[in-house]
Amino acid sequence: MRIYEGKSVLGGIAMGKIRVFKKNEKQVKRQKIEDIDAELMRYQSARDEAMHQLQELYDKAFHEIGETNAAIFEVHQMMLEDDDYNESVENIIRTEHVNAEYAVAATGDNFSDMFAAMDDDYMRGRAADVKDISERVLGILTGAMDATVNADEAVIIVAEDLAPSETVQMDKSKVLSFVTVHGSLNSHTAILARTMNIPALVGTNMTLDEMVDDQFAVVDGVTGRLYVEPDEATMKQLEQKQRDFLEQKELLETLKGKENVTLDGQKILLYANIGNSKDLATVIQNDAGGIGLFRSEFIYLERDHFPTEEEQFLIYKQVAQTMAGKRIIIRTLDIGADKQCDYFEMEKEENPAMGCRAIRICLTRPEIFKTQLRALFRASAFGKIAIMYPMITSVEEVHRIKEIVAEVKAELDAQGTPYGEVEQGVMIETPAAVMISDLLAQEVDFFSIGTNDLTQYTLAIDRQNTKLDEFYDPHHPAVLRMIRMVVENAHKIGIWVGICGELGADTELTREFLKMGVDELSVSPGRILPLRKIIRETRL
Amino acid sequence: MREFKYIITDPEGIHARPAGELVKEAKKFECKITLVKDGKNGDCKKIFGLMGLAVKTGNEVTVTFDGADEDAACEAIEAFMKANL
Repeated sequence: MRIYEGKSVLGGIAMGKIRVFKKNEKQVKRQKIEDIDAELMRYQSARDEAMHQLQELYDKAFHEIGETNAAIFEVHQMMLEDDDYNESVENIIRTEHVNAEYAVAATGDNFSDMFAAMDDDYMRGRAADVKDISERVLGILTGAMDATVNADEAVIIVAEDLAPSETVQMDKSKVLSFVTVHGSLNSHTAILARTMNIPALVGTNMTLDEMVDDQFAVVDGVTGRLYVEPDEATMKQLEQKQRDFLEQKELLETLKGKENVTLDGQKILLYANIGNSKDLATVIQNDAGGIGLFRSEFIYLERDHFPTEEEQFLIYKQVAQTMAGKRIIIRTLDIGADKQCDYFEMEKEENPAMGCRAIRICLTRPEIFKTQLRALFRASAFGKIAIMYPMITSVEEVHRIKEIVAEVKAELDAQGTPYGEVEQGVMIETPAAVMISDLLAQEVDFFSIGTNDLTQYTLAIDRQNTKLDEFYDPHHPAVLRMIRMVVENAHKIGIWVGICGELGADTELTREFLKMGVDELSVSPGRILPLRKIIRETRL
Repeated sequence: MREFKYIITDPEGIHARPAGELVKEAKKFECKITLVKDGKNGDCKKIFGLMGLAVKTGNEVTVTFDGADEDAACEAIEAFMKANL
C-alpha cells in the first residue's frame, strides 16, 4: 500500500483503477523556411481550425457543465484572437525565417512565463491556459491526435496537470476522480470536479514515474489521500466511509427544497451559522433558508489593521448578493474574551469572559462601531440584511445603539447613499438579558439566543476548562427554562426568536424547541439537512 | 480624448472572463481604449494586455478613449464596467 497526500477539492470516496494520463509530448523542432507567406498561411489556417475546435468545445461544455464553466473556452478564443499573441507568432516567422510550430511554441512560452511571474495566484494559474491554446495550435500544425481516455470501465485519472480542453474532451461516465500533481483549488480541473460532484485531489505529492498505472486505488476526498493498492484493513475502513458518505448524500438529495415542517404542520426556519464568507458555498449546498449568524469578527481577525468601511462593505455586499433575497443576520463584532486582535490594543484583563468584549467595545469606541454599521447599512441595499448586537445586558445599551444607528442613517441620507430596510435584533446570551427580555422585546425586531455563553454565564462554568466537564450539563433545566421564558416574552410582544448556539443543533432538544415555539434554529451548514429530517419525522 | 476613473468592485477583479467580455465590448469601437492602473497601460482590445495588469478588487483604474467615436465608447464602457466590474 502506498499513500499520497493532496489537497481535496470535494469530499467523497472514489474506488477504481488508475489511468495515468500523459500529454502527447510535442517535440518542436526549429526549421528554416524559405516561403514566409506560405508559413504565415499555415499558421492562420491552423489558428482558424483551433478557433473552430474551441467553439465546439464551448458548445459541448455548455451542455455538460453550464455556461459559467464553459466560458473558459470563450476566453481561450479571445486569447487566440489577441493581437499581441498573433503579432508575436507572425513576427517570429518573418524575422527568423522559421516554421510556424517553432514560432507558436516560443510565443506560448513567453506569454505563459509572463503569467507565471505575476504576483497573483489566480493570474499565475492562467499560464496553463496560454499553454493550452498554444498546444492546440501546435497539435493542428503537426497533425497530432488529441489524447483521450480509452477505458472499458470508469477510472481514476492521474496526471501531472490537466488542461481544461483535456478534461472537457473526456467521456465523463469514464471518470471516477481526478488526481493531479500540480494544479490549485482554483484550477479548472477542480471547478470541473465540483460541477461533476466527484472527489478530486490537486497538488498531490507523487511522481508519475512510479508504476501506478492500472493499479487499484482509492481517493479519499475527505482527508485528501490517495491510497494505491490499499491493504485489507484500510480497504474496510474506506468502504465504511464510502457507505456513510453515500447515505449522507442521499439524505441531502431527498431533503433539498423540502419544508422544515413537523407531521402535524408546525414550521420552523433552519438557517446557517458561518464564520467566513468562504463558507457561503456550503450554505447554498445545504439548502439553508438564510444565515442566522454571520460572525463578522473574522474580518477583524484576518487583518493587522482595522478593516475599512469599503473592505467591509464589499464583503457584506457579496454575501447579500449571493444569498439573493434570503435573510442574513450579521452579528456586529464580537472581539474580546477568547478572540483577541493585537491592533485593538486592549488592556490585559483578569477575567476577559466578563470583560471588555463585543458591544462593550463598540459602545466605548463608537468610531469602530460606526464604520461597521455604515458598511452594513450600505450593503443592505443589495439584499436582506439584519443586524444583531451581541452581549446585551440592559435596555440602556440598546438605546445607545439606536442613537448611533440614527446618526449613521442620517449621514447616509445626507450623502444620498441608499440603504434598505434593516431588521435589528439582540443576542440573548446573559442571564440579565433573559430576565429583562420582556422589556428588550419592545425595543428590537428579533432575538437570537446564544446558548453557549448563556449556559456558561448561567452555570458559572468556564466552557474551556475541561476539568469542569462533570458539572457542565448542557441540558440544565435552568438554561431550558430561560429559553422558554425568552420565547414567551418575545411572542407576547410579537417579535420572532431564534437559537444560534450549539444547542440549536442538539437533536435531543429539537422536539422541545418546536413545542416552545422557537421560530428559527441557526446551525452549522452540515447540520441543516439532518435536522430537517428529524423535524419532518416529529409529531408534537 | 475622454476618460473616466472607476474603482473595481468585483471581488475577483478583472479576471479572465470579465477581461474577455470587456475586450468584446471595446472591439465594438474604433477609437483607442486604454486602461491604466498604477501608471501601467493595457490595451482594452487585447485580453493579454488587460489580464497582465492584474487588476484586483478595490483598485482604481483610469480608462482613456482617443478617436472618432470616443464619446460613444466612453459611455458604453463606463456602463459596462459599472454593471460587470
